[in-house]
Amino acid sequence: MLSHTRVDKVGVEERVARFQTRSIKNEAKKQGLHMVLNMIDLTTLEGKDTPGKVQQMCYKAQHLHDVHPGLPTVAAVCVYPSMVAVARKALGNSSVKIASVSTAFPSGQSTREIKLSDTKFAVDQGADEIDMVISRGKFLEGEYNFVFDEIAAIKEACGKARLKVILETGELCTLDHVRMASEIAIHAGADFIKTSTGKIQPAATMQVTYTMLMAIKDYYDQTGIMIGMKPAGGISTAKLALHNLVMVKEILGNQWLTNEWFRFGASSLANDVLMQLMKTESGLYQSPDYFSID
Amino acid sequence: MEILKTYKIYIGGAFPRTESGRYYPIVDASGSTIANVCLSSRKDVRNAVVAARKAFGGWSEKTAFNRGQILYRMAEMLEGRKSQFLEELTKQGSSKEAAAQEVQESIDCLVYYAGWADKYQQIASSVNPVSSSHFNFSALEPMGVIGMIAAQETSLIGLVKLLAPAICGGNTVVLAASEALPLCAVTFAEVVHSSDVPGGVVNILTGKVSELAPAMAAHMDINALVSESLGELNKPLALACVDNLKRNIVYQQGTTQGLPNITALQEVKTTWHPIEQIGGASSSY
Amino acid sequence: MAKKNTANSQTEWNYAASPESTSHIRLEKKYQLFINNEWVAPSSKKYFPTINPATEDVLAEIAWANDADVDLAVKAARKAYTEVWSKMSGAERGKYIYRIARMMQERAREFAVIESLDSGKPIRESRDVDVPLACNHFFYYAGWADKLEYAMPHKKPEALGVAGQIIPWNFPLLMAAWKIAPALAAGNTVVLKPAETTSLTALKLAEIIKDAGLPPGVVNIVTGYGDTGAAIVNHPDVDKIAFTGSTNVGKIIQRAVAGTHKKTTLELGGKSANIIFDDAPIDQAVEGIINGIFFNQGHVCCAGSRLFVQENVADLVIRKLKARMESLYVGDPLDKNTDIGAINSKEQLDTINKYIKIGKAEGAEIYQSDCSIPSKGFFCKPTLFTGVSQSHVITQEEIFGPVLTIQTFRTIDEVIQKANNTPYGLAAGVWTDKGSRIFNLTTKLRAGVIWANTYNKFDPVSPFGGYKESGFGREGGVHGLSAYLK
Repeated sequence: MLSHTRVDKVGVEERVARFQTRSIKNEAKKQGLHMVLNMIDLTTLEGKDTPGKVQQMCYKAQHLHDVHPGLPTVAAVCVYPSMVAVARKALGNSSVKIASVSTAFPSGQSTREIKLSDTKFAVDQGADEIDMVISRGKFLEGEYNFVFDEIAAIKEACGKARLKVILETGELCTLDHVRMASEIAIHAGADFIKTSTGKIQPAATMQVTYTMLMAIKDYYDQTGIMIGMKPAGGISTAKLALHNLVMVKEILGNQWLTNEWFRFGASSLANDVLMQLMKTESGLYQSPDYFSID
Repeated sequence: MEILKTYKIYIGGAFPRTESGRYYPIVDASGSTIANVCLSSRKDVRNAVVAARKAFGGWSEKTAFNRGQILYRMAEMLEGRKSQFLEELTKQGSSKEAAAQEVQESIDCLVYYAGWADKYQQIASSVNPVSSSHFNFSALEPMGVIGMIAAQETSLIGLVKLLAPAICGGNTVVLAASEALPLCAVTFAEVVHSSDVPGGVVNILTGKVSELAPAMAAHMDINALVSESLGELNKPLALACVDNLKRNIVYQQGTTQGLPNITALQEVKTTWHPIEQIGGASSSY
Repeated sequence: MAKKNTANSQTEWNYAASPESTSHIRLEKKYQLFINNEWVAPSSKKYFPTINPATEDVLAEIAWANDADVDLAVKAARKAYTEVWSKMSGAERGKYIYRIARMMQERAREFAVIESLDSGKPIRESRDVDVPLACNHFFYYAGWADKLEYAMPHKKPEALGVAGQIIPWNFPLLMAAWKIAPALAAGNTVVLKPAETTSLTALKLAEIIKDAGLPPGVVNIVTGYGDTGAAIVNHPDVDKIAFTGSTNVGKIIQRAVAGTHKKTTLELGGKSANIIFDDAPIDQAVEGIINGIFFNQGHVCCAGSRLFVQENVADLVIRKLKARMESLYVGDPLDKNTDIGAINSKEQLDTINKYIKIGKAEGAEIYQSDCSIPSKGFFCKPTLFTGVSQSHVITQEEIFGPVLTIQTFRTIDEVIQKANNTPYGLAAGVWTDKGSRIFNLTTKLRAGVIWANTYNKFDPVSPFGGYKESGFGREGGVHGLSAYLK
C-alpha cells in the first residue's frame, strides 16, 4: 500500500522558494485575499477558553470587518469538544461550520476508547468537522497499521462529520515521514489532511505543505478522488497565505481553491488579510487599531 | 565641551560594564587619566563564554562567503573610523606615523582574511585515494569557542591579527585586550558591532592578563587558548589547559599571518562513503 | 469515504501582470568602445542596434570595433599591464576588485533589469541568479589576488599579460564576471568582447570599472561581431585567449592560435545527460529536469538536454513532467511571474525551430505545453520529444533551446555507455537515493560537472568546465586561477 515515495528536502526547499517569488498583484491579490478569508478556520484551543471567549470569536467569524461590505465569512470555527455547544448556539443558522478537535488533542496520548468517545461527544454536540491527531509515538515506532486502524475507527465515529487528520509534522521531523503519514491518513479515510496542532514549532512550513499537497495530487491522479488540505499554525501573514494558495493552484489546480478542499488553521491571519485588502483598495498602509480582535 | 567616552566591555552583542564594578585607569605620558576601563573578572569571562557558545552554531553554519562579506564589512567600518583610532593610538603613546601604519595594517588584515573565508577549505581539504571502494574526503571544521589574549604591546593590530583568522574559520571568540593599551579594543568592539557580526561571535574584555588568562585556561567550555608568549604565565596556563585538553597555541612574537593561523583553529573531519561498482561498464568512450 | 470530484470550476484564479519597474535604469542611446577608461568612438564609424528580443524594440546603438580599434585596446591593456598592474601588489589589486564587487551589488537591480531587456531572460532569473552570482564572483576572486602562491605551490606564480576574452549571450553579465575577475586577480589586463546581441550589461560594468578607479587600460570592452572577436584572437600581442561559446567557433579559435605562444581555455557546447533512476525522489527529479532544460530558455551550455529515465518509472516521470510543464509561464521577461522568457534572437529561434522540424521528420513524438505565447518577439514553448534513440539527430546535436529529448534505459551499464556516447562532455545529472550509486556514476561519467540530485547549480568556488569537445580548462575556485598564471 505505501509507495515509499522518497522526498529530497533540499530539492523541496528550492521548489518552494520559487513559489515564494510569485508576484500576486491588483485583481489577483484582491481575489486571492477574499479566498483566504473564506478558507480560514478561526481557532481558539486554549486551556483558558470559556464560553465568553468562544462567543466573541463566533461573532467575529461572521463579522470580519462590517465597515467594509462584501467580505465573506470565515469557513469555520475550531474549538475543543466542550465548547461545541456554545459555538452551535452562537452561530445559529450561519454558514460558518464548526470544527472540533478530538482524540485527546493535542498529544493523542490516550486510549482508543477515550478517543472514540471524545469524537462521538463532539459530533453529538453539533460539530460539522472533526480534527483528530494521529499517534506520533506509534508512527515513530513503526506501528503503521496501528496508526491506520485508529484513523479508520475515528472516521467511522464521525458519521456525517468530515474528518481532518492532523499529522503533527513538527514531530515527524522528516519529509519522508510526512509523505508516508499523509498516505496512511488518506488511505484510512481522511477527508482532509492537516499539518499541525499549532501547539509546537515548527508547524505549517511551506515544505511540509508542499509534501502533503503532492501526496494528495498523486492520490487524485491514481483514483480521481479529491482530498482536502489544511496547513495550521505559523501562517500569520497574508503574504504567506497567498503563497500557499499559489502552491495549491499550481500543484492541484483551480478546483481546489475553495473552502471545501482547502483551509487555513489560524487565529491572527484574518486581520492581516483584512489590512492587506484595505491597503489594496485605498493605497494606504493600515494600522491594527482599525481592525477588531476577538 | 567634549562628551567623554565611557569604555565598557563587549559581551553577547551588548556593551555592559564588568559585573565586578572594578576599574583601572589608563594614564598618558604626562600622568593625566585618559580613561577608566573595566577591570573584568572571571564572571565576565564566564558570561562571555556562554554568549560565544550560543553564537557558535549560527556563525559556523553561515556560508563561508557570508563570513567573508562580514569580515570585509568590518574593514569598511574600520576604514570609516580611522581618525578615531588614530586619536586613541596617539593618546596611548604612539607617534602619528606608527599609528597610521597600525591602523592601515589592521584594515589590510581584515581584508586579507575576508578573502580567505571561502578559500581555505579548498586548499586544506583533500579527497583521499583509499585502497577500498570508498569515497573518502577530509574537510576542516571550526573548533568552537576560542579564548584569546591579544598581543600586549599594541592596542589594535595585536588584537585584530588574532581575531580575524579565528572568526574567518567559523569560530567564536572571547578575547582579552592588551592590559596597558586597552582603548582601541573597546572601540574595535564598536566596529564589530556595526558590521553585521551576530552578537556573541566576538566578545572583548579589558583587564589584567594575570586574572583573565588563567580564567580562560581553566574554563571547561573553551576549546582552545591562543596568545603570544606571556613569559612566566606560559607554563601555568599550559597546565590549566590540560583539564579539557584545550588546544594551547602560543605564537612567537610578530608571527606573520596566513593560512596556518586559520587552520590552527580547525579540526579535520574525514568521511567515508561506499562507491558501488556495478556492472562491467568502463569509462570507455 | 469516496469524495468524488465535486468540481467547483467557477474559481479561476489567474495572476495579474506584475511588471518590474524600469523607470530607474539609465541607458544611453548610443555606446562607444571602452578603452583606457574612456569612451572612444570606433574608427570604423559603424554602429549596430541591440534589441529587446521580447518586443523587438531597439534598446541602444552599439559601436562596432574593427581591427584598428582592437589594436588600440590591446595596446592600452599592454601599457597598463607593464607600467601599472604588474607592479601593483596583490593586496592592492584585490582592493580594486572588491570595489567592483561592492558597486555591482549597489546597482544590482539596474543590472538585472537591463540584462532581461537585452537578453530576454526572465527578471526573476537575472535578479535572483545572474546578478548575485556575478557580484559574488568578483568578491570571491578579489580575495585571491594576494594569495596566488597558495594557488600554485612550489612556484612563484606570474600573470600571463594581456588576456583576450570573448563571451556568449546566454549569461552576459555572469560570463563577463567569470572572465574578468580571475584574470584581474591573477594580475592580467583584459580586452573583452561581449556577444553582439547582449552588449549592454558589459558596458554598464565598464561604468563601474571607471567609477571604481581601476587604472586605465586594465579592463577594456570592445563591442562588435565575430570579426571583432577574430581580431582579438589574431592579435599578436595577446598572451591568452579565453572563449565561451559554440564548439564550432571554439575550433576556429584553436586553429587560429595553433603554433603561437597564446594559451587558451575554451568552454563550449554540450548535450548533457540527465539520468533518473527508479529510486530517485521522483518529484524533485522532475523539478531537476525542468530546471535542467527550461531554465534560461534552455540557453545553457550544460543544459540537461538528454533525459535518460529508467524504464520502470518512465511513464510516471513523463506524466509528471508534462503536468509540471503546464504550470510554466512563458511571456514577458520583465513580468515577475514569467518562468520562461524570450529566445535571445531570431537566429536562435530559427535554429531551435529547425531542430523541432527535424525531430518531427525523424519520427519522434513531440509534446509542447498548452501555454499561450506572445505574438510579438521571439518565443518558443517548452517542448519534449519521446520515442528517440541515440541515433536521432535531435539527441546528438546541441539545440540550445527549451527542447528535451527523452530516452529510457534498463541497466546502469547501458545508461553510462549511452551518456558517454557523445563527443561532448560538459555536465551530467544523476538522480537516485543511493549514495554509493552516485559515486559509481560520478567516477564513470565523462563530464566535467556531475550534479547528483540537483542540477544547474553554480558557485564561484566550484570549478566548471568540460571534457572532450565541450572544451578544456576550468572556471571557478582555485582551479580557475591556473588558466591565468604561469
